[in-house]
Amino acid sequence: MISLGQDEIAKYPFLAEAGQYLKDKGFTLEQFASDPDLQLIVDKAYERIESAAEEKTYYTELDDPSEKETALPLNVFSFLIAIVLLKLSGVNTLINKFSLAEARRAEKFLQSDLVSNSDKKSEEFAIKIFRDVFKVTIKKTGNYFVIPIPDYLKHAVNFHEREWKLINRHVENGMVFLSPHESVRLIRRELSGYIGSKIKAANTPSMSDGFEDKVKKLSNLAKKFVVNTVVTGAYPPCIEHAIEVLNKGENLSHSGRFMLATFLLGRGQTIDEIAPLFKNAPDWNEKVTRYQIKQLSGEAGGNKTKYACPSCEKIKSNNLCYITPDCDNIINPMQFGKKRL
Amino acid sequence: MLENDLKFLEETFKQYYFDHFDLIHVPDRPKEREYGYKKFNTGMIRHISLKTDKDLRLMLMTNLPSDVFCSNGYYSFPNLPMAEKDWKEADLIFDIDAKDLNLSCRKDHTCMKCVSCAEISLVQDTCPKCKSNKLGLVSLPCQNCISGVKKEVLNLVKILTSDLQIDDKNIRISFSGNEGFHVYVTNSSYNQLGSTERRDLIDYIKFQSAIPERYGFPKNNPSRTSFPDLGDPGWSGRVAKELFGSKSKRSKTITKVISDGKVAYQQKLEEMGKNSIGVKIDSNVTSDIHRIFRLEGSLNSKSGLVKLACEDIEKFNPYTEACLIDDKPVEISASSPIKFKLKNTTFGPYTNEKITIPKYAAVYMMCKGIASSTSM
Repeated sequence: MISLGQDEIAKYPFLAEAGQYLKDKGFTLEQFASDPDLQLIVDKAYERIESAAEEKTYYTELDDPSEKETALPLNVFSFLIAIVLLKLSGVNTLINKFSLAEARRAEKFLQSDLVSNSDKKSEEFAIKIFRDVFKVTIKKTGNYFVIPIPDYLKHAVNFHEREWKLINRHVENGMVFLSPHESVRLIRRELSGYIGSKIKAANTPSMSDGFEDKVKKLSNLAKKFVVNTVVTGAYPPCIEHAIEVLNKGENLSHSGRFMLATFLLGRGQTIDEIAPLFKNAPDWNEKVTRYQIKQLSGEAGGNKTKYACPSCEKIKSNNLCYITPDCDNIINPMQFGKKRL
Repeated sequence: MLENDLKFLEETFKQYYFDHFDLIHVPDRPKEREYGYKKFNTGMIRHISLKTDKDLRLMLMTNLPSDVFCSNGYYSFPNLPMAEKDWKEADLIFDIDAKDLNLSCRKDHTCMKCVSCAEISLVQDTCPKCKSNKLGLVSLPCQNCISGVKKEVLNLVKILTSDLQIDDKNIRISFSGNEGFHVYVTNSSYNQLGSTERRDLIDYIKFQSAIPERYGFPKNNPSRTSFPDLGDPGWSGRVAKELFGSKSKRSKTITKVISDGKVAYQQKLEEMGKNSIGVKIDSNVTSDIHRIFRLEGSLNSKSGLVKLACEDIEKFNPYTEACLIDDKPVEISASSPIKFKLKNTTFGPYTNEKITIPKYAAVYMMCKGIASSTSM
C-alpha cells in the first residue's frame, strides 16, 4: 500500500483504506446516516454520483485550492459515502460510470503532478502510482516520459484510435515517448478498472434510514441507462466484399473465411445456410466446409469454443476492411447497423 | 498420395532422420513445449509432450512423420487440451515467405496441377486436358525469390535490433525448408505479449495504419519543419529516406506533398507500407501465441528440404545447404514444364517421362506433386 499524505488522499481518495480512514478521523458510518450536520456530505456524495452518471467529471469547489481547509475532508468523505450509497444501490452501471468519472478526475491530478517541475515530490508520487498500482515503469526524459514498448502495447491495445497504434508513436531504442497527458491517458482504463474493482470488493453495509432516500433516487437514476437497440439486416462492407469474392469464384483467404463464417453465425444463421456460400471457392469441399463451420460454431471440437467475429482492427490488419461512412466508428462488424431506439 | 509414393517418401524420410540425429534436438525448456506431427496422407496430431532429444528421436522413428512441429508457447501442461494448458509465454516468431513478396520472377517458375485429372501444365485458365477450372498452383522457387526473402529478413532484423532494442544474441534465423525464413526472438520482454498486442507490433513492422499527423502532416497548417528528417530514429527516418531520397530533395518534395494534400499523403503512406518500406511478414503467424512451428532439423514435406538454422543468412544457400537427402539415383515418372536447381544442378523440364535422377531431386518433385515413383 502506498502511504498517503493529506493532499494526496484528497486527490486520489481511492488509494485510501476507507474504513480505516473514517476510524482515524473519529467517525462511524452511522453518524453520516443520522447526524444532520453531516447531511451536507451525504448530499455531496449523491451529487458526485449524479454528475458521474451524466458523464461530467466532478470538478466543483472541492477541487478549488483556495478552499483547501474545508474542502479536503469534505472531498474524501463524500467519495467514501458515495461508495456506500453505490454499494447499497447495487447498480453496476452506476458503479462503472462513477469509476470512470473518478478516474478522469484523478487523471487531471496525475497529469499536473507529472509536469509540476517545482514540486519534485508530487512528480515522484505520480510516477510511484504508475509503478505500484499499474505496474508501468515510466521515466522522465526532457519533456517526455518514456515507457518500454511491451508495457506500452499492453495498455495501448485498449484504444481504438489510430494515433495510439505503435506505428503512430515516437519509438526509439525500445522505448515509446509520451507527453504527460498521454502517459496518464494510457492508464485511464486501468485507473477506472482499479477504482471499480475496489468498490466491487468493498463490503456492503446494512441499510440505514438516513441513506434510504438517496439510494432510491440512485435506482431511479439508473433506469435512464437501459438501452434498447435494433439491428437492421444489412451486412457491413467487409462481409459484402467477402461474399462477392466467393460469388465470383475467387479465392478468399483463410482469415476472410473465418470472418465471414463467424459473422453469419453471430447473426444467427445456421450451418445449412452458411455452407453453400463457399461452393464457388476453388477448393470447395462440402464436407470440409461444414466441419469447419461447425468447429467455429462451438458445436464441435475439443473444448466447444464458440468463435467470435474478429474486430475491425484485426480485419484491417488482414487487409479485409472496406470501410464506408455507414460503418460509423464501430469496432466490430457485429455492431454494423445497430441503432439505439 | 499414391501408395508407392507414400512408401518411398516414408522410407526416405526415415533414412534422413536416422542419418542426421545430430541435427534433431528438442529446443530450450523442452518440457514446457507442445509438439505435434503430421504423417503423409493424415491430419495433424498435436498436444504431445516430450522431454529429451531421445524422446523426440523415438517419436520420429516410430511414427515416420512427414512434418514435425514444436510450439512457440511455453505451458505448464503442454499435453492437455488448449484451454487447460496454462499458457505462460511465447517466443515472438516472424515468417517471411517468397509467395508474399509479389516478385516478378514468380510467374516464370510456377506451373499448375488440375485438381480433377492431375494434369500438369503451364499456367492457363482451364486444364488443357479435361477443361476443369479447379486448379492448384505449384511453384518451384528460384534464387531470386530467396534473395528477395533475405532482403526482407535483414530489414526485419534491423528494426528488431534498433527500434525494438532486441539483443542480437536473442535472434535466430532459420530457413523454413520451402520458400521462406523464420525469425525467432527468444528470452525477450516481448514474450509476455498476447495476440492483440502482437498484432499492433505487426502493424508497426509492416508499416500499416500510419496516419499523416504522425509523419509530419498535421490537421491544420502543415509546416515544412514538421516533416521527418533523414536522420530521425525509427520509421520517421525510414519514411524520410523513402519520400525524399536525399537531403537535397527534401524541400522540393515537401512543397509537393503539401500541395497534393493530406488525403494523397495518407494514400502515399499506405502505398509505402504495402509496396516498399513495410516488412512483408505473415501477420497470422506472428499473432498466434498457440501455434506449433516446424522443428529445426526436420524435413519439410512440401519440398523434402530441411528446416535449418542459418549462421550467416547472406551467404546461406538453401538449395545446397538444406538439401540433405542422399544422391542415390532413382527412377521416377516426372512432369514439370519448368526447370529448377538443386545442389548446383539444373533439372527439367520434363514432359510426362520416366527419368533417373538423384534421390534428393526425386523427393523434391514428389513433394511438390509433380512426379511419382515408378519402382516397387
